[in-house]
Amino acid sequence: MAAVESLPPGTPSAMRNAFGTVLSALILVLIGVLAFSIRLFSVIKYESVIHEFDPYFNYRVTQFLSKNGIYEFWNWFDDRTWYPLGRVIGGTVYPGLTLTAGTIWWVLNSINIPLSVETVCVFTAPVFSAFASWATYLLTKEVKGSGAGLAAAALLAMVPSYISRSVAGSYDNEAVAIFALIFTFYLYIKTLNTGSLFYATLNAIAYFYMVCSWGGYTFIINLIPMHVLLCIVTGRYSPRLYIAYAPLVVLGTLLAALVPVVGFNAVLTSEHFASFLVFIIIHVVALVYYIKGILTPKMFKVAVTLVVSIGLVVCLIVVAVLVALVASSPTGGWSGRSLSLLDPTYASKYIPIIASVSEHQPPTWPSYFMDINVLAFLVPAGIIACFSPLSDASSFVVLYIVMSVYFSGVMVRLMLVLAPAACIMSGIALSQAFDVFTGSIKYQLSSKSKDNAEDNTSTKNAPKDDASSGKTDKGEEVSKERSSKKGKKKEREPAEKLSVKSKIVKKKALVLPLEASIVALLLLIMLGAFYVIHCVWAAAEAYSAPSIVLTSQSHDGLHVFDDFRESYAWLSHNTDVDDKVASWWDYGYQTTAMANRTVIVDNNTWNNTHIATVGTAMSSPEKAAWEIFNSLDVKYVLVVFGGVIGYPSDDINKFLWMVRIGGGEFPHIKEADYLRDGQYRIDSEATPTMLNCLMYKLCYYRFVETDGKGYDRVRRTEIGKKYFKLTHFEEVFTSHHWMVRIYKLKPQKNRIRGRVKKLKQKTSSGVSSKSVKKNPWM
Amino acid sequence: MVKSTSKDAQDLFRSLHSAYSATPTNLKIIDMYVVFAVFTALIQVAYMALVGSFPFNSFLSGVLSCVGTAVLAVCLRIQVNKENKEFKCKTIVTNLGGIVAMFVIAV
Repeated sequence: MAAVESLPPGTPSAMRNAFGTVLSALILVLIGVLAFSIRLFSVIKYESVIHEFDPYFNYRVTQFLSKNGIYEFWNWFDDRTWYPLGRVIGGTVYPGLTLTAGTIWWVLNSINIPLSVETVCVFTAPVFSAFASWATYLLTKEVKGSGAGLAAAALLAMVPSYISRSVAGSYDNEAVAIFALIFTFYLYIKTLNTGSLFYATLNAIAYFYMVCSWGGYTFIINLIPMHVLLCIVTGRYSPRLYIAYAPLVVLGTLLAALVPVVGFNAVLTSEHFASFLVFIIIHVVALVYYIKGILTPKMFKVAVTLVVSIGLVVCLIVVAVLVALVASSPTGGWSGRSLSLLDPTYASKYIPIIASVSEHQPPTWPSYFMDINVLAFLVPAGIIACFSPLSDASSFVVLYIVMSVYFSGVMVRLMLVLAPAACIMSGIALSQAFDVFTGSIKYQLSSKSKDNAEDNTSTKNAPKDDASSGKTDKGEEVSKERSSKKGKKKEREPAEKLSVKSKIVKKKALVLPLEASIVALLLLIMLGAFYVIHCVWAAAEAYSAPSIVLTSQSHDGLHVFDDFRESYAWLSHNTDVDDKVASWWDYGYQTTAMANRTVIVDNNTWNNTHIATVGTAMSSPEKAAWEIFNSLDVKYVLVVFGGVIGYPSDDINKFLWMVRIGGGEFPHIKEADYLRDGQYRIDSEATPTMLNCLMYKLCYYRFVETDGKGYDRVRRTEIGKKYFKLTHFEEVFTSHHWMVRIYKLKPQKNRIRGRVKKLKQKTSSGVSSKSVKKNPWM
Repeated sequence: MVKSTSKDAQDLFRSLHSAYSATPTNLKIIDMYVVFAVFTALIQVAYMALVGSFPFNSFLSGVLSCVGTAVLAVCLRIQVNKENKEFKCKTIVTNLGGIVAMFVIAV
């Protein structure tokens, strides 16, 4: 940060620098507090509870870690899920989040602050979002200066896309991973700018933390090589680039292989090949530059021709071998989820489970505006501002935003990766705009009050500097703007200046007229105000729902639907510890965490066949379903039904996915059997297969007793089959608003009438039915 | 054509040799270390090709640690090289010591 040239180096500028630093620190603290408190709406509106589905699994793992210590955690084999297969927790979970929260809990407890594990888990995300905004400040400061840094940090503290995954209670990997992502990028840029090995090591350690926390670390390990390649191709190779990249690859791969989830994938899967390829390329380039430096130009030409002729042949051989190796594996070495990022249609063709998750769908246009709001307009301005001096760091952020925009277009969940990039770009754009406007105002005012030529030449330099750099002086100016934006004091000053007569004599190239600058400043401040209003609204209304407790406003007040927790509590109090509960995979994590019962399938969805078995059972008639569940030792079946209160995410709405996934493995389940004329219906026009399947029966058993007509509020029709009895299941629990219904498998009858006669008939007619596909469950 | 190419190649190697012997001694020591580390890594790869990769962990850690120290030594050379205008301070040795210590811990 150099001082402004026009002022002599002495106490006044040092004082201003000190004042600027203190002010920046104060603003950063305020930004941290803002980031923390805007995420507390769910705690205020509902209670301090863990949200959604995945956080319950993380919470359960953290409980285990805090009770049993780290060695047990590392070697934990969980037998209460995916019965009868079990799950190796130590080797299939990203430990970063749980280890972080466990460490915080342990540290707090050892200094005698007795917070429960649940409290720590709920508040981990807001704390780390405060850290993330500080990391954004550091990153943007490396790119453009501290003014841009403060703007970007303030924007990130509030951006709705990040809030949606890090509210208090959303205890998921992204809460910690986004902080790790931004921090790793910051250390990479810092190494690139300074060329110091110290930051290179810190970079590798931060990358290790990122690998521990989230599967999205492949974004880093592909983006950084891409950037290195970009720098080499555009002729910006320098020794600092080598120092920034090469140690990261080696140390990073070593450290990544330490995490059990990644293990040998760090060197064997295609997701990492880009980094190795660019590693080789950067060595070749470094060697070339070195030889170029010690040889005369003529000799260098000879060397080039010699090397190229030999090297090309060797290269072709190596590449051919590699291609043969990679092509021999069915997916070319990529994992299913990464492949669906590159080819968005892959999942819907081959892996229906990945296609069915709502987070994996492409986003709609309005979701961009909802999630990053005003930043969508400021990003292009920021990209242009990055080009005005193009440095290594600014080319990196441009590459980052281009890649994240592409990936966010494929999967709505990746809007989260776009958010920091958008904030950085917008922070740069805003800071540059403020620079230009305030510089113009300053120039206009100073040229009005002093009219000798000398001052004109000195201030002539100032506007040029404003537009193309962010020095500390201007940083203070911007930070003053930022802090006064919150107090709205600056609006009074320009108003006073407006009253002064403002006829401008000289027009310089980059200086704007006074009124235009002032109006533009006001408009920018209003833009920021709208952004803040939108963010607070989004945080309060759209993203704070814990989805385990539902509320609705009606004319007679606020209704609270706490059915989920009611039923899990019933399960934990009224069933044996070893009883197995079968439900659709959405509710697996919650059942194991809150009801403490063994489940058949849960949200991890790693075994498609097991899920297909449960799906087939739900789509079969009662007897076949009983057979399937009995073979899995299931005692209780849980279904979620929203027809009484109008809850749209219930199992009947998800039923077609059960049919599709089940039909993918067991061909006797055909989706067309459940649709009438291609439409999915449950009323009197529904197909008999639909009306007889287990899901229909379990959801609508005794439903007609609620209102006499059996009117389903979600599907908005009366149901088809209203009066029926269950032969193989018995109802044991229905929650208060009929949202969760639990059934018990009836034990097998001692005596089955007519069985002998049936056997004789089967053997005589068995020969003729060879061509029909046999139902393996009958 | 071949004769002129071989004459060119000989000239090239001679000029490379003469230019390289002009580098200062401390840089040559670092270069020797790099060559040694890469050589060790290559020996390990050859061993794996002969005997099989059963404890893949040990193969990975062995090769990557050799490559790693080679890379870090190259970084040290870059920073210590007086002809490199971008780095002015020569007291990076303590830095490298810290790096190597952390590196050993990482392995």
